[in-house]
Amino acid sequence: MTSLATDFTSFVRHKDGLAAIDLAVDGIQCAGCMTTIEKGLRTEPGLVSARVNLASKRVTVSWQDGRENPQGVISRLDEMGFRAYPFATDKVESAEAREERRLLLCMGVAAFAAMNVMLFSVSVWSGHETQMPAEMRDLFHWISALIALPTAAYAGRPFYESAMRALRAGAVNMDVPITLGVVLALAMSVFETLNSGEHAYFDGVVMLLFFLLIGRYLDQAMRRRTRDTAGHLAALRSETAVKFIGEHELSEVPISAVAAGDLVLVRPGQRVSVDGVIEAGRSEIDQSLVTGETRHQPVDAGSSVYAGTLNITGALRIRVARASEGTLLDEVEKLLARATESRSAYVQLADRAARLYAPVVHVIAASTFIGWMLFGLGWQPALVIAITVLIITCPCALGLAIPAVQVVAAGALFRRGVLLGSGDALERLAAVDTVVFDKTGTLTLPTASIANAAEIGLCDLHLAGRLALSSTHPLATVLAKSAKANDPLQGVTERPGFGLEAQHAGDRIRLGSAAHCGGDARADAAITAMTASLAERYPDASFITYRRAEHIVVFAIAQALRPDAVEAMAALRGLGLDLSILSGDRPAPVVKASAALGIEQGTADLKPAGKIAAIEALRAEGHKVLMVGDGINDAPALAAANVSMSPASAAHLTQNAADAVFLGDRLGPVVDAIRISRRARRIMIENLWLAVIYNAIAVPIAIAGHATPLVAALAMSGSSIIVTLNALRARG
Amino acid sequence: MDVLIVLMPLALGMGLLGLLAFFWSLRNRQFEDLDGAAWRGISDDD
Repeated sequence: MTSLATDFTSFVRHKDGLAAIDLAVDGIQCAGCMTTIEKGLRTEPGLVSARVNLASKRVTVSWQDGRENPQGVISRLDEMGFRAYPFATDKVESAEAREERRLLLCMGVAAFAAMNVMLFSVSVWSGHETQMPAEMRDLFHWISALIALPTAAYAGRPFYESAMRALRAGAVNMDVPITLGVVLALAMSVFETLNSGEHAYFDGVVMLLFFLLIGRYLDQAMRRRTRDTAGHLAALRSETAVKFIGEHELSEVPISAVAAGDLVLVRPGQRVSVDGVIEAGRSEIDQSLVTGETRHQPVDAGSSVYAGTLNITGALRIRVARASEGTLLDEVEKLLARATESRSAYVQLADRAARLYAPVVHVIAASTFIGWMLFGLGWQPALVIAITVLIITCPCALGLAIPAVQVVAAGALFRRGVLLGSGDALERLAAVDTVVFDKTGTLTLPTASIANAAEIGLCDLHLAGRLALSSTHPLATVLAKSAKANDPLQGVTERPGFGLEAQHAGDRIRLGSAAHCGGDARADAAITAMTASLAERYPDASFITYRRAEHIVVFAIAQALRPDAVEAMAALRGLGLDLSILSGDRPAPVVKASAALGIEQGTADLKPAGKIAAIEALRAEGHKVLMVGDGINDAPALAAANVSMSPASAAHLTQNAADAVFLGDRLGPVVDAIRISRRARRIMIENLWLAVIYNAIAVPIAIAGHATPLVAALAMSGSSIIVTLNALRARG
Repeated sequence: MDVLIVLMPLALGMGLLGLLAFFWSLRNRQFEDLDGAAWRGISDDD
């Protein structure tokens, strides 16, 4: 295949005579790769700098304008063995990065304040024993206030803003009691300090903010790491299109530079990267990624083709109807929007806890105030005690109870190759009792292989592979790859649409369609018989015939089940889950796959709407459904399920609809995801109980009026540490 | 206890210095690539 240089200029940033580009690089594993890349690129003339970010596996390269081009840098990286692709940082991503920086800044300020306020608090506490003069204590309280008030105003903003958002929406989240606690504690401490009181809680407030911010920051950092990896995958998979820029002039451009109305060329063996109508050409296309159908579809001028399909036999000129963002079937898009809306609003565990916690605590504090008033204490001391109750009930342990577990569990899943998209996906995964799989590309590998490889002689396989190297036909590519062939035969002739032929060691050898290899009655009969028997065993296979002199072999090329599919299904059943298949493919391959995997329910021939209906029926019966799928036709079903996962090989749109994406060829990550999320949910509930037990001990002390700032500080840090240590068990 | 007049500003000043150092490192994007930074220190060539 001839390769045009791809035009990546649309990704380049220009500033002060320098041009820069961000590249996602595949294959950066360790520090060694980092040095190799940076040193390798620096030898290029014209390059100003190259810096690898090992955490996000990206390289930023800059050069003097006009002295280098992106394609040059990419091919230089390619020579070093790294596949690179430019990407543009999108708005969501840069907003996430800004939020992370802001949380880090707040956390740093809170840390500074917590340490310095503690310096004075410890002095005051020990001063109680050594009779510190009241003036000195007041001075220390004033200095503490000077540090704590601006800190709380600045570092507490993430909580105040979130609380305000919740209240405006008429809801209560954990940030509401946190905000109330912080404001009341500060107000009371200032009041006490003004009146030369003995107890001020500046240290407690600042420490509370510091602990909570650690949790928030880790959570945000984990989420960004996941999103970075997902974005990286997307960039590396990003397709290019060969566009006509003149009557006879072609240019290969990234898909983002193709607009509606453009004319693109798709060669045989290439994936179509746009939606459009064929202007010229005749071919067969493989729609398995779009519809799940494994049989090839004949197309010619006037037919519509969709992004994600694979062109098999002939070159096609396609007039683009829609490109990049909008590449999908209208119907799928509409269904997706509807399914996403209908997903019932899941209430997170933390918010449910907050709904219970906030009223209970506020009622207790109010009754404490009224109780002490009735008991004959003045309103001022009664109010002080009521507020200490609010402080000591410690939204700290509660505020950390769930996020800490989420961070640890998301990290554990990340290491096992599962990228969680949304924060509450863990809790929804834990509740699942039914798993629905798509077949093509999900239970099976996205790439085909030789299904009857075990029955074929090594010599035949090898020679057929060497012959196949001369063709770009997708079936030939699979054959060559499976045979691990690397030295093409000499003197190969190709009859387009039929097959290949060559002379080898005095024999005439042929590879291709039945007609190409047959020709005499005996051979034709043998080929027909072999193909028929293979078709029975491999209903979803495509066939390719090989003939050396009078010796005939038929290869069945099909998508094999993922290597651990059988074990993964057994493990899922072991977890007490119901399994079923919803496929857009024909019945025969679906029956075969479900029999091999021991799945009883399998439905074939489903359109996207049919998949949604099946999932909604399951949900109506009260099942909590996990949908695992990869095709564009699965996207609406993914959104309709309670929670969804898709393999990293899935279509872009499908990955966006899924709650989690898993990497690699194995289904093991699906099992891990359910196991770890169940464990995480158990630990979250444990943590909530720990917080309840803590309150059961601490609240009576506070109601009795014995909660001094020292007690509050110890209780707060103690409970936070217990909850965090317990959360570490979610690594499991 | 006169020593407090020196010690208190000293303690606060040191804390503030730490905070400023933190601001500086944040502005210089020292926290962008925590994995790479760990390895850069021990590579032999640069």
